Amino acid sequence: MSNKKLETGAFFQRDRQWHPPAYTPDYKTSVVRSPQRALLSFDNTLSEITGPVFGHSILGELDNDLIHNFAKPGQSAIGQRIIVHGRVIDERGKGVAGALLEFWQANAGGRYRHKREGYIAALDPNFGGCGRTITDEEGYYRFRTVKPGAYPWPNGVNDWRPAHIHFSVFGHGFVQRLITQMYFEGDPMIWNCPIVRSIPGKAAIEQLVAALDMNNTIPMDARAYKFDIVLRGRRSTLFENRVEGN
Amino acid sequence: MVQKLECLKETPSQTAGPYVHIGCTPNFCGIAGVYEADLGVAMVNEKTLGERITIRGRVFDGTGTPLRDALLEIWQADSNGLYNSPSELRGAADPNFTGWGRCPTNMETGEFIFETVKPGQVPFNDGRLMAPHVSVWIVARGINIGLQTRIYFDDEEAANAQDPILMRIEHKNRVPTLVAKREGSAFVFDIHLQGDNETIFFDV
Repeated sequence: MSNKKLETGAFFQRDRQWHPPAYTPDYKTSVVRSPQRALLSFDNTLSEITGPVFGHSILGELDNDLIHNFAKPGQSAIGQRIIVHGRVIDERGKGVAGALLEFWQANAGGRYRHKREGYIAALDPNFGGCGRTITDEEGYYRFRTVKPGAYPWPNGVNDWRPAHIHFSVFGHGFVQRLITQMYFEGDPMIWNCPIVRSIPGKAAIEQLVAALDMNNTIPMDARAYKFDIVLRGRRSTLFENRVEGN
Repeated sequence: MVQKLECLKETPSQTAGPYVHIGCTPNFCGIAGVYEADLGVAMVNEKTLGERITIRGRVFDGTGTPLRDALLEIWQADSNGLYNSPSELRGAADPNFTGWGRCPTNMETGEFIFETVKPGQVPFNDGRLMAPHVSVWIVARGINIGLQTRIYFDDEEAANAQDPILMRIEHKNRVPTLVAKREGSAFVFDIHLQGDNETIFFDV
């Protein structure tokens, strides 16, 4: 980051037609958890364009390796070994350096390690389900895990979540904060899921589907999936109407 | 034909779901040994400057039931009004204050608690001062895109009356939804997702 010009412009307005709306009745929990009044809009102030930044010093050696970070010594998680990699860029296509990514997922059988989880699939004693990493100078990241399983959830009588990995993403400003989910190329379950379908457009949904990436697959070891993440872009500050000294 | 404006689309949001703790606060939900501590648990240490305060509250759904599976993050200036961020160009913030906190709501009571300091005033884009405030981001199962709002303080009446954001709110009877009330040593800030007291959420 040191040799790059620091950017302090306001972030582009969020396209709320592209994101899921708050109220999506086919995803039942949203019905009583969706604000109903108009949002208050205003241009970013310092409170929005600033945000926390995390150094690589917070990371442990196995934070980006879900196959081993909860496993007993010499053991590993059960499931299809995969590498998830990609780049965090902003809407202008610029790499976002130093972005903290946190991810969590079910195990290969579709079971989460959580006390509110009631699915009958077995827990894997060697799989915790969480990991994190920080993007490099160009915005690239990668981690290793097992492919999560699909699982049923209480919504409709017979609703199943497609295999997915949850992502929490920090950019450089607090209003770039984003939580999303990554799906897997070729999974027919994607198009039936009420949570996926909370997103109105097909192109937006496809932005969440990671591509099988055979070129980055490690022979006899782990397949790769590529998942790029786009955060909000920001204006140039050349003509910002800031008072001198601010 | 005109030249093309090249602009990508932001990755669409998806709900944090009921298991957000696994990824964001694993120690809180019993996954020990992966990370030393959950991020955002401590905003202050014994050397932090400024008035120590506690902010606590609950997040209520449209039926009046508190959410017991929500996650809140806050971001604020230090006691001198400076952000601990590389984008802060006005000076160095208190190195003993992170400015960022994260708290899951209690799995039984639904309460969140932040131990922090009262923030100083930060200038608005035209140089006027904004009243002391804390930015809030709320995610949970059933929330499709993170909700943004601010916490102001009821003991800052004069500053609140001059705050450029509060002043632009058309329905003045909704302003109190953004103001935390002092109760003893703590400020209480309840968030209502729906209903007569629906909190003002932001598009910023």
